[in-house]
This record gives sequence, C-alpha cells and structure tokens, in this order.
Amino acid sequence: MDFSLNELQTMMADSVGRFIDNKYDFDTRQKYAESERGFSDDVWNTFAELGWTAVPFAEDDGGLGGGPVDVMVLMQSLARGLVVEPYVANIILAGGVLRRVANDAQKEKWLQPILGGELHATLAFHEPQARYELADVATTATQKGDDWVISGHKGLVLNGGTSDLLLVPARTSGDTGDEHGITLFAVAADSDGLSCNAYATVDGLRAAEISLANVHVPHDAVLGSVDEGYAALDATIDDATLAVCAEAVGIMYALKDKTVQYSKDRSQFGVPIGSFQALQHRMVDMLMACEQAQSLLMWAAMMNEEGNDESKRAVSAIKYMIGTAGRKLGEEAVQIHGGMGVTWELDVAHYFKRLTTISTLFGNADWHLDKLAA
Amino acid sequence: MHVTFSTKVLAFQEEVRAFFRDEYPDDIRKVVDSGGEMPPEMQVRWQQTLYKKGWAAANWPVEYGGTGWSPVEKYIYAREEGFANAPIMMPFGMHMVAPVIYTFGSEEQKQRFLPDILASKVWWCQGYSEPGAGSDLASLKTRADLAGDHYVVNGTKTWTTLGQHADWIFCLVRTNTDVARRQEGISFLLIDMNTPGVSVTPIMLLDGTLEVNEVHFTDVKVPVGNLVGEEGKGWTYGKVLLQHERTNSANTFRSQYRTRQLRAQAATSVRGAPPLENDQNFMRKLAAVEIELKALEYTELRTLAAIASGKAPGPESSFLKIKGTEIVQAIDTLYMEAAGYYCLPYKADPAVGEGSETSSALNYFNNRKVTIFAGSNEIQKNIIAKHVLGL
Repeated sequence: MDFSLNELQTMMADSVGRFIDNKYDFDTRQKYAESERGFSDDVWNTFAELGWTAVPFAEDDGGLGGGPVDVMVLMQSLARGLVVEPYVANIILAGGVLRRVANDAQKEKWLQPILGGELHATLAFHEPQARYELADVATTATQKGDDWVISGHKGLVLNGGTSDLLLVPARTSGDTGDEHGITLFAVAADSDGLSCNAYATVDGLRAAEISLANVHVPHDAVLGSVDEGYAALDATIDDATLAVCAEAVGIMYALKDKTVQYSKDRSQFGVPIGSFQALQHRMVDMLMACEQAQSLLMWAAMMNEEGNDESKRAVSAIKYMIGTAGRKLGEEAVQIHGGMGVTWELDVAHYFKRLTTISTLFGNADWHLDKLAA
Repeated sequence: MHVTFSTKVLAFQEEVRAFFRDEYPDDIRKVVDSGGEMPPEMQVRWQQTLYKKGWAAANWPVEYGGTGWSPVEKYIYAREEGFANAPIMMPFGMHMVAPVIYTFGSEEQKQRFLPDILASKVWWCQGYSEPGAGSDLASLKTRADLAGDHYVVNGTKTWTTLGQHADWIFCLVRTNTDVARRQEGISFLLIDMNTPGVSVTPIMLLDGTLEVNEVHFTDVKVPVGNLVGEEGKGWTYGKVLLQHERTNSANTFRSQYRTRQLRAQAATSVRGAPPLENDQNFMRKLAAVEIELKALEYTELRTLAAIASGKAPGPESSFLKIKGTEIVQAIDTLYMEAAGYYCLPYKADPAVGEGSETSSALNYFNNRKVTIFAGSNEIQKNIIAKHVLGL
C-alpha cells in the first residue's frame, strides 16, 4: 500500500504547478478563453514540448506509458489553472480511441501529429436524443463502393469547431441502442457534407453541433473492426470521466482554499467572517468533501490502473460524488463569497462553472447512481 | 500509488480471518447480528477469547502485553473484525484507561491495573461528562479535596456507559479551583466503585435500554495512590485518550458488513413482501451510502499510510468520527426503512415472529447517540475549523 507519487508523477505535478504559477494566471486564462479559437495554440505547443500530451500513450506510440493514475495527477494539477486548452478532446478522447483501435498507418497519420500538437482532433460521442447513453447511436454509415457514407447529427462535440479530425461513432448494423453494430470512423472536418456550428459552453470552453449529410470517407477511415467500436468508445469515455473527475477534485480543493482564505480576509461587523461558526462548519464540510472525493478518486484511478473488476463501478462512484458533493461545494463557495461570488470578475465563479459543467459531462450523478443501485 | 499489501501482511490477514471463522461463537454472533443488547457474560467471554489468543491489546506496547502489530497489521485486524461483525471490544479499560496508565502512571499502578485489564477481569467505566459539563467538558465540577493520604470526592458523573457492571471508574476531577484556565486544576483519578459513597442511578435511553448511568460521589475517600500522573494534568491526559476514541469511531468495516447484509436482504423476500431491490428509491439510497463508505475506507487508508510513514495522528481523527458516525446513522435508517411495518414492534417477541428487522427502529433510536458521544460532531467541526483550517 502506497499513496505517494512516483518520480514521474512528482515531476509532472511540479512542472504543471510552475507553469500555472508563472504563465497561466486567471487573467491570462480569461484572455485565452475569450480568444477566437477558445485557447492558446502557443500554450498547446508548450504542452506538447513538455511531454504532457504524451502521458497516456504507450512508449511504442511515442508516449510516456502512463496510466489512469498519471492522468489523474496531471489533470488535478492542471485544474488549479482552469486550463482551457483541449487536453480532454485531443489526448483523452481522440487519443484514447486511436491508441486502442487504430492500426499502425492510422497512428502514424493521426496519433503522432496529435501528440506533437500539430493536429487537433476530438470524439463525437454524443447525439441529441441519447442523453447519456453511449450506445444510442442513430448516425448511420453505409458502404458504397470503396467508401463509407455517413449521415447523422452529433451534439456537444467538445472543441468540435477547432478540430481537424473528428472521430465519429456510426451505426453500421443493429438498432439504435445496441452496443453491437457501432463502427468508429475518422472523418476530416473539411469533408464535403459536414457542417459545424461551434459555440461556447458555460465554463468558457467550446463545443459544436456537427451535421453529417452523406459524408464520404475512404475505407481506411474505419478505426478497428466494423460493428465492434463500442468497447473502445466505452473504455475511452471511462478514461475521460476519470480525467474530468480528477480535474473536478482539483477545482474543489482550489475553491475550498480560496473560500477559507476569503473568510479570513473579509471583515464584517468588525471581525473576519471566518470567525462565525455558521460559516466555519460549512467550510469544514467543504474540506471533508474534498478529502472524501480525493479518496474515492484515488481508489477509482487505482482500480482502473490495475484493470480491477470494480473499475466501471469506481468510475460511476466518483462521478456521482462529483455531481453531488462537488456541486454542493461549488454552491457553498459562491455563497460564502457573498456578492463577490456571483461576479464575472472573480475566479471563484469560473471554477464553479467548470465544476458544474463536469457534473453533466459523461453522465450526471443520477445516471451514474442508477448504475450502482442496480 | 497502489493498494496491494505485502505477502507477509496477506498471510497475517489469512490468520486473522481463520480465527474469526473458527473461534467466534455462534451464540454471540447471533446476538450481534440481531443488533440486540449484549449480555455482559458474552462480552467478557469474547474478550477473554481474544486474550487467550494474545490479541486483546492491539495498541498496547509489547512489554505490557500488546500485540506489537504494525499500523498496517492493526488495520487488517480491524478490517477482519469488522467484516466478521465480531463484538466491539469494551473500550473503557483496554483502549481508554490503560493507555493513560501505561503512559503516565507509576510502576505500581501499571502492575496493579494492567494485567487485569488485559485479561478482562475487571470492568472499567468512564467518568468524564457531568450533568453540567457535556461538550464543554472543562467546566466539570466534581471535586477531589486532598485530606492527608486520600482525596475526598464529591460530585456527579453522567452518561456512564455500562457503569452498572463496572468495578472501577476513571474520572476527571477538579483538584484546584484557583486556576487561570479552566483546563488547569483537573486531575485523573481511579476510583473503586465499591468504595462507600459511590452510587449508580440508571438513565433509560429513548429505546428503553439501560446502558448509561449517573454515578454519584458523596464524600468518597480515594487513596492518593490512585492519582495518575501529576495533579492538575488530567486534561492533557484525557485529551490523549479522546483522540484514540475518535480514531476508532470510523466504523468502516462494520458499516460495510451491514451494507452487504442490506444488499443480501434486499435480494430476498422478507415475510412475503416483494424484494426491495425492485425499489429504485431504496437501492439508490443504499448505493449512495456505499459510495460514501468506500470513500471513507480510502480516507482511513490515507490516514493509515501517513501514520505508517511516521506522522502522528492529528485532527483527521475528528474527520473520521464525523463521517463514520453519519454513515452509521444512514445505514440504521435504511434498515428501518427496509423493515417496513415490521420496524414497529417494540422488541423481537414470539408474538411478532422471527426476524432481525424487528429491532431496526430500536437501533435507529439508540444510535442517535453516535453523533453526540465522544465529543459531538459539532465539537469535531470546531476542532477541524481551528486546527486544520486555521479559523
């Protein structure tokens, strides 16, 4: 039993910490978030240069051979900076699918440039009618000569507007809702018949609605086996769920720390508001929520790292906790900051909004609780 | 970062598991599983079984009869004990007064008291709270006035758990009223319950059980040799002891045993009713408790890892106490809800028929105490606010 970080993890946490302290203050983050692409290409190149984009990939693929625990450490460290660069879309989602099912030629063509920061990609895992069900894929792909023809609509595609490559689950057999019959395709964003409406999400990040109307892709756009794409899709979404939960726990600690500090600095009635017991006990609850979430996160990451039978249940458990205790903590942070908490100016509101966004991503608390209640 | 244990620890775990499988008597198991009151004879019989095995005092130093277990081995033992739902060791002798005696007591006191505590030959109870001193313990008024070679003790202690069976009581008493801080002038005194002037009045709890008492002292003569450590230092000694009381109150494994039992119960039909697992609301509540409990298990493990690496247990014991007791009460509530109408009969009674569900409401009522005793959960939050958050 050992809960300490290894050398790589310690180095990574330190270098991310230094980066945020020196290069990524809140104003800078806001500037990037409000820029045209919604993030900084320079910063993204820095991510690639420092090797952060290589963490979860095998050494044969040019990666660092990291697993869920390493990703957890990285995401939790990035959380403090509320980083807007598309790590989840490129590395966890698109990278997660490619490393699982792409053949060597496909990895060469797509995965390597993603690691290098030259190609932006994402995974279009959601459709409007599906709520949180991954297998609810109505988008169809049919074979026509050597090509596949894809039609359908993908919703809330993370960083869809700036992605050069979209990984698209489409139904090649079976009914909507079947796990079997889903095939994964790599689709260039500039394909004929593909239209993309990009927009901002409440956390300051970006997403897009993407329509595919008879989009032709060549046969080598098929990732993995025809009809057998669900397993990679599902495993990748588990990775992504863990990754954003790690980010959420990092945000929870940041909000707790900022709230406690604010309660010491802010005086009313001639005393710091942190001297009021009504607030003290609530901040203790915030601390306990952080520690409980951290514990559950570490459990979930370790179970997934070792491929334990409990892996999926662990992912649902931490996601439930983020969606309940995490949300509550965000609300408390705003409440204890009083009027300042509801301003755009203060970073607290933006941490809160990202935490709230994460509550919904990849299935909300109710959805995950039902998996554990069964 | 990993949670695998060494081969040596796993072998120890196997030994502990086998012990509980083979040596835990069925008649006692039945009483514990039903949540009913434990007859003192059973409690003592079980503790003496542990004594014979050499496992009575997990935390004591080896020289006084402790096991010499590492923090990880103690954790493994507690886990297996919880998973077996074995009786909880009466804490007052073994976990509470003994550490004070072997840490602060004289050689004579160690020889006189420790062997009998280890062998569960003497029943101890705790004299801390008073009618006017609950959460605000430092306001205690029971006084011990020095008169030659003995103290004269006057006052009342309350909430004395199972004091009706006790041979001895350890008390915090005021030996000096002329002090700058109320925490000063308090001493730690051992008192024979058979001394003239000691009387015990039971307090009936809301579930009808007689598990706590008031203990009255009227001109009770206590030899000065029964003072532990220095006069006036009792508060410091007592705090050491309370921290231990809290660390032990996470109840993680016993709670996991109970949630597993609830899951099993939910899968079957009780008294002809449809299985509860068809009830999504109930199953969601159970799953939510299981999640909190898993988190607590890992919070406790993280604390253990810190202790194993040489850090002293600190205010996190307050944290474990708060979460652990909240979860105990949540599980009690689920048991009661699971029983439906059959949580209502007052006690298991031939008129009602078989079934442990008949004591579920009583457990729910009885366990309101767990968030109150050992320093209420609100007091624990004050401790965390001050010592961890710096407020």
